[in-house]
Amino acid sequence: MADAPARGPVHVDGEVVATKKVGGYRHLTLAAPGVPERFRPGTFVSVSVAGHVTRRALWVHKVRASSAFGPTLDVVVESRGSGTAWLSAQPVGTRVAVTGPLGRPFALPKQAVSCLLIGEGYAAAPLFPLAERLRERGCAVSLVVSAPDEARLLSALEARRSARSVTVLTADGSVGQRGQVADHAEDLVRRSGADVVYAAGPADVLRSAAVAAERTGAWSQVAVEVPTPCGTGLCHGCPLPVVGEDGVDRVVRACTEGPVVRGDRVRWDAL
Amino acid sequence: MVASGCGGTGRELSAYAGPEGLDGLDFVTRSITLDARSGARGPRVAEVPGGLVSAVGLPNPGLEHFLATELPWLVRAGVRVVVSIAGATMGEYADLAGRLGRAPGVVGLEVNVGAPDETSDGLYEVREPYHAASVVAAVRREFASDRPVLAKLRPDVSRVVEGARACHEAGATAVVVGNAVPAALPDGRPGGLSGPALAPIALRCVAAVSRALPAVPVIGCGGVHDVDSARAYLAAGATSVQVGTAMLHDPTTVARLRASLDQPPHQEDA
Repeated sequence: MADAPARGPVHVDGEVVATKKVGGYRHLTLAAPGVPERFRPGTFVSVSVAGHVTRRALWVHKVRASSAFGPTLDVVVESRGSGTAWLSAQPVGTRVAVTGPLGRPFALPKQAVSCLLIGEGYAAAPLFPLAERLRERGCAVSLVVSAPDEARLLSALEARRSARSVTVLTADGSVGQRGQVADHAEDLVRRSGADVVYAAGPADVLRSAAVAAERTGAWSQVAVEVPTPCGTGLCHGCPLPVVGEDGVDRVVRACTEGPVVRGDRVRWDAL
Repeated sequence: MVASGCGGTGRELSAYAGPEGLDGLDFVTRSITLDARSGARGPRVAEVPGGLVSAVGLPNPGLEHFLATELPWLVRAGVRVVVSIAGATMGEYADLAGRLGRAPGVVGLEVNVGAPDETSDGLYEVREPYHAASVVAAVRREFASDRPVLAKLRPDVSRVVEGARACHEAGATAVVVGNAVPAALPDGRPGGLSGPALAPIALRCVAAVSRALPAVPVIGCGGVHDVDSARAYLAAGATSVQVGTAMLHDPTTVARLRASLDQPPHQEDA
């Protein structure tokens, strides 16, 4: 028991230890004992918000094994409703209940293969720790970071540390190439020569990445974002339509059987 | 006791069960139907002040798969499994009860006769107490007689006493009061409102049933999230409580309540 890496989620009383506005997002650093140690890229955390029954699921952007506050994790919050607005506004010292890491992580290749990571907006967050893991394994990592505009472009500069190449796409052309992932996905996958495509972002981005991978004969893994009321698998409130290994259509829980699934398994039209 | 539909498959709870683990935990499964159901399309849950409205559509793997995979796991973990059942016809209820009665490890059944949106879920429609009673009677007939059958009622104070009496006379060991109340999602689809907003409504119903039918064990359900809210139900006459929506907010709620409430399991009251 002592030697085995700790698995599964924990529910802990966490604390905001740093908060920083970066473009249109708020980056929160949370001390949540046990969560960073168990984290694997693609898993997420579920956070309680004052005055709300349901919880907010947040992607993990970074974990630090040690800091002045012990192990910490960074989450990226986009203020989209009263819950995320509350979270974004919290000062250092606020206590928040954190549950995590939740869900299934990205599967990592056993060999040092070539990987293309495609992410859009705040949801691209899990690709950054993934890029580091892949690089540690000797994989050649290419990264595509996309956003509607520069303010919502996540950490393209930091990514240069772990990626061989970084492509920036913005819908309004404010930085990098102008365009959407859907218009460039196949070209990007072909040019990267990727064996595996990892994607994180809105459904249309994931779908175009999965389709491009399929066309070029690459595997794909996508981190699907479905609203998750509890995040822990208890409520069955986050339906994710998939095709099972046996070819049977199913609806699984995005929080528990996902969020990361094989791109060719998602029934995109039913999502 | 974990309320139906708020504990996943049960397995997910093991991460939040505390030092005791799942051993001895009273757990009501999400409603199991004869055939697998994929559930409603999303969004299934909407947050409202004081609670949430949900229209999940009873997703479950169907009886066969439940018996083959989920039930044995729960039994091995020491969970006291009460299976919630839902059917489209009386025959389905009877079939479910009969087969679950032969399955090892099923502690009891909970008959879902107060679902907030049975028509949209394609369930047997329970509008009148005698409908509920006939379902309970069919289940009681098929299910091994030494184990409890719970009837879960809608917290409608004008009908709940009548419903509880009818179900008890039909053979229900105890009644669960209440359930999510009929509501609508923002897009107009039917759903059920649950959470803290439900507590005063269900509490009134529990008090009414306990007063009118002192011989009928009542399990309180609705908005329980801490020791005080649980004790309010016990003070109103409930013999035990179920914890539902609070689990979604804090998955450790049941473990904490188990540790701090010295509460006999409902079966001893039967």
